[in-house]
Amino acid sequence: MKIPSSIWTLLIGIVLTLASLWYGQNHGLLPAAATDEAVLVDGLFNTMMIVSTGIFLLVEGILIYSAFKYRRRAGDNEDGPPVEGNVPLEILWTAIPAIIVIGISVYSFDVYNEIGGFDPHAIHQAPMNQESMKMSGHGSAMAATLSDTPPSTEPNLNQEKSDEAMQDPATAEVRNADQIPQLRNAPGVGSVAPTIGASPDKAGKPAQLQVNVTGLQYAWIFTYPETGITTGEMHVPIGREVEINMTANDVIHAFWVPEFRLKQDAIPGRQSNIRFTPKKAGDYVLICAELCGPYHGAMRAPVVVEPEEAFDKWVQEQLVASKETLNQAIAVNPADLSPNEFLAPYTKDMGIQPEMLHQVHH
Amino acid sequence: MGHWALGMGYGALGMGHCFLLPPLRPSASPASPASPAFPTPPLPHSPYTLKFMQSQIIDPAKTELNHHHAAEVSVGHHEEHPDHRLFGLYVFLIAEGMIFMGLFGAYLAFRATLPVWPPAGTPELELLLPGVNTINLISSSFVMHKADTAIKKNDARGARIWLAITAVMGATFLVGQVYEYTHLEFGLTTNLFASSFYVLTGFHGLHVTIGVLAIVAVLWRSRLPGHYSNEKHFGIEAAEIYWHFVDVIWIILFGLLYLL
Amino acid sequence: MTQAQLQETANIPALLDEPGIRKWQDFFGFQTDHKVIGIQYLVTSFIFYCIGGVMADLVRTELRTPEVDFVTPEVYNSLFTLHATIMIFLWIVPTGAGFANYLIPLMIGAKDMAFPRLNAVAFWMIPPAGVLLIASLAVGDAPDAGWTSYPPLSLVTGQVGQGIWIMSVLLLGTSSILGSINFLVTLLKMRIPSMDIHKMPLFCWAMFATSSLVLVSTPVLAAGLILLSFDLIAGTTFFNPTGGGDPVVYQHMFWFYSHPAVYIMILPFFGAISEIIPIHSRKPIFGYKAIAYSSLAISFLGLIVWAHHMFTSGIPGWLRMFFMITTMIIAVPTGIKIFSWLATMWGGKIQLNSAMLFAIGFVGTFVIGGISGVMLAAVPFDIHVHDTYFVVAHLHYVLFGGSVLGIFAAIYHWFPKMTGRMINEFWGKVHFALTIVGLNMTFLPMHKLGLMGMNRRIAQYDPKFTTLNEICTYGSYILAISTFPFIINAIWSWLYGEKAGNNPWRALTLEWMTTSPPAIENFDQTPVLATGPYDYGLERANEGVPLSDPNPILSAGPNSVLRAEPDPAVAANPEDRK
Repeated sequence: MKIPSSIWTLLIGIVLTLASLWYGQNHGLLPAAATDEAVLVDGLFNTMMIVSTGIFLLVEGILIYSAFKYRRRAGDNEDGPPVEGNVPLEILWTAIPAIIVIGISVYSFDVYNEIGGFDPHAIHQAPMNQESMKMSGHGSAMAATLSDTPPSTEPNLNQEKSDEAMQDPATAEVRNADQIPQLRNAPGVGSVAPTIGASPDKAGKPAQLQVNVTGLQYAWIFTYPETGITTGEMHVPIGREVEINMTANDVIHAFWVPEFRLKQDAIPGRQSNIRFTPKKAGDYVLICAELCGPYHGAMRAPVVVEPEEAFDKWVQEQLVASKETLNQAIAVNPADLSPNEFLAPYTKDMGIQPEMLHQVHH
Repeated sequence: MGHWALGMGYGALGMGHCFLLPPLRPSASPASPASPAFPTPPLPHSPYTLKFMQSQIIDPAKTELNHHHAAEVSVGHHEEHPDHRLFGLYVFLIAEGMIFMGLFGAYLAFRATLPVWPPAGTPELELLLPGVNTINLISSSFVMHKADTAIKKNDARGARIWLAITAVMGATFLVGQVYEYTHLEFGLTTNLFASSFYVLTGFHGLHVTIGVLAIVAVLWRSRLPGHYSNEKHFGIEAAEIYWHFVDVIWIILFGLLYLL
Repeated sequence: MTQAQLQETANIPALLDEPGIRKWQDFFGFQTDHKVIGIQYLVTSFIFYCIGGVMADLVRTELRTPEVDFVTPEVYNSLFTLHATIMIFLWIVPTGAGFANYLIPLMIGAKDMAFPRLNAVAFWMIPPAGVLLIASLAVGDAPDAGWTSYPPLSLVTGQVGQGIWIMSVLLLGTSSILGSINFLVTLLKMRIPSMDIHKMPLFCWAMFATSSLVLVSTPVLAAGLILLSFDLIAGTTFFNPTGGGDPVVYQHMFWFYSHPAVYIMILPFFGAISEIIPIHSRKPIFGYKAIAYSSLAISFLGLIVWAHHMFTSGIPGWLRMFFMITTMIIAVPTGIKIFSWLATMWGGKIQLNSAMLFAIGFVGTFVIGGISGVMLAAVPFDIHVHDTYFVVAHLHYVLFGGSVLGIFAAIYHWFPKMTGRMINEFWGKVHFALTIVGLNMTFLPMHKLGLMGMNRRIAQYDPKFTTLNEICTYGSYILAISTFPFIINAIWSWLYGEKAGNNPWRALTLEWMTTSPPAIENFDQTPVLATGPYDYGLERANEGVPLSDPNPILSAGPNSVLRAEPDPAVAANPEDRK
């Protein structure tokens, strides 16, 4: 009994759908999801994989099927049927992709919102206190003294954030904010400090842990404000929301931890921010994801996500270590030392080589 | 360096402009393998071939062509083909406009992202000389238009006078620019505003220079009587359109740099 | 009479019956014949393809192992920078212009382009620019900041190399603009009178869309590079943060061109595929108007998607969403094309020759790149895979699987017309098999590499990626090997292949109504359209045709908009001669 083609089509459609549904969720293509944000992104990817697998199987299937079924038979030199179009079919294959892409867009918008992409506070977060105004860099000071035009009254949030970060002495050691003026954010012309802010449920509250990250050719340096910790290996605790404030000292770098699914450019002259909440313990790697020179491939740093107790213990160890070296170094007159030598006792236990610091200060 | 390359490009375009000749038909005939491979231009003794850029309607029947069918030449056989050069110029000016749009966009972006604009220490730009220059340039567009109107009424002599005046006005504009440059208190690398100022006005000035040279070239060609007439005046019209373009760009530039 | 016979018979008066034979020296000089210029473009850019391919294989050889053990890191950065710059500006973009040059006047019934000398000038800018770029390796300072050349890196690394790169790209961009002026004016003003816009072959629609894009977007790149060169040489700080400049502005200017550039690189070959598939399936193109308008839609939308290359760079959230949506939308006209091509093949009488195999390969491979592209449009996902091997996989599927397979399909398809000889089919199929295997072996694993955490533009990587990288490297060697059968086949067939005749594919578009190679002036008289360009099978229009609409607006049947009004002078049907 010959099976009608419509039944074949139905069966193929069912098989295709099942295969897509299965593969889209079992593709094994992504690494572990180590933050809350990563879980959301993975959900989006799985959905896109399901749709993609379906489309792929459909198109390739029709292609290969046609190539065989509709081959020219030997000796047949006639033309085929003069089919030039079919309006309902064309409407269908315009509408269905349109609906699919609209659906993916809406889902993406939702995920982007959930991970904090629209957090308004991310852009307007810097505290407007007296100290940060005094510490403003080149622009406003010189403007007040030299030029006829009054200084801009719009807050320069990059400048404020930079100043705030530089109030931490450890961060001030590794950044060269005095050499690079901080640009204003100008959303209207599409140039701002890239930012992923707080998730909507955490919006408006400062993050529980702040880490300042500085990218330079070719290393990442992490400083924990108010603790004096400077390290080449980032530790973060599970369950506490972390805020990374980052900038670059020389060229554009990018902060990327694959398991976090978060990436942001670190641009000299801007302060980028990411907020995320780690959820899975493990040893990961922070990778530089923007070409920064010949040793771009070597620019990586370990990232450790650990339970609260382990994290607190690590912090204590770092503080103790820095105190010990501090005690040892007190007898030395800092003025006799070059910046590298001066910093060496503080940094040798923390995985930072003197050469790296040399680059910071060149 | 970028300017150099662009200059080459414009030079190339200028060359191309000169080469938009009456038909460059390959004279190689399939029937005579010995004929030259390179399409030689029509021989000089034809009165229609010495005068470049003059033809609106190019009549191939009057030029040396495909020998193969020489015996069958008829008006229907080699139909006249219209002159697309003016349309080509308009298309080219779209591209030119986009370069300036790119530069203007960058300028606006810098204006928005610098903490203080203009950067500290930038003196205010004086408006008198540039203002006069602007009036000069805008008026020169009207003068240029008079040249075009004249030639369309077959008044070649009148056209030449108006062209000459336009060239002088254009040259005066350039002199004014140079004067302004030499009396400004900031240099190319003083700050971002200064750099933008020089690059934008300089790039525009380069285009004005090309425009003035084009007018001079047209004047030069017009010295032969009958070269331009109410029927064939592509050169004058092209120079006019280009001049208007340069003028419009200046108006935008002046607004952005001096007024905003 | 078959449709092809109809068209040919009607065009006998326009036929110059002796093929245009040229001396080999013609191809090395300043020629204004669009056919010579077309071949000059094609051969020159193919040579640059081979050079760019060598660079690719050197890159892949380094990447066979996780350590940096083949070249120094500085040289490695130059290799991938030059590889990309050459492939984009010296291979794919000029090849599109080459086909456009060769085919447009023939397809629209004109004798040459609107501005033949400008045409030659545009071509002759390419060899010096290419030689300059490659010479940078010889002078020891090659550009090494990536083909994107982002400041501040491009300002601090190698001034000479970077200057060479800027100069070369400015020249190549100018060449592209000059070519596109010619194409636009020719297409708009020089079609034969009976060819209105809806009887124009789809390749011409595609070139119209491409040329518009080139005209509008390339100058903005030029502006950006001018500013960059001032920073590099004159000490200005447009993009230099130490002087208050903004590197993100460079990115906007760069991508304003470079995104349309990818459509400039694919649209001509979309057009070519729209020509090739109907002929070798013996069926009309399905959905002519949809394909024509979708080219325009892609061209227009292509101008408003550029910042999807900058999702992590510093654009505000709402702008990220805007660019995500426009990028997603552009999938719709592209999908329309893919489905239309499939529908063209469906029910046809497919001849699986080399041209058609490459065309089928094009559709199958490009769709993979298109799918990964839609994924990349989703901002949260792009944040994870931006600047990783996932993007490298995507771009090679659309550029190699798309443009390059399309180029080969076009070469095999129009080889008889250009050379007067048939190309050897057996070696064409060998070429196809090696290419398809090599291409998938090289680029498919890169999707996983990127997702799992391998970033781009690195000479050393985490050892856990070694196996996949080895597969990619061996795939790239297969691709290198695959070029040899093609080169030998093309040269041998050009010299000794079987003579082709005017219309070996029994096609209907006007380039097949002249000799092979075409006579120097293309046509003796104005050619005519006795049939529309895709009216295959219409001699049997009265028989019941599946899938055809009884009351078509866009589609099948005797009322098809594709059918030319019969020209009374030459109409086949005596009824139409009144």
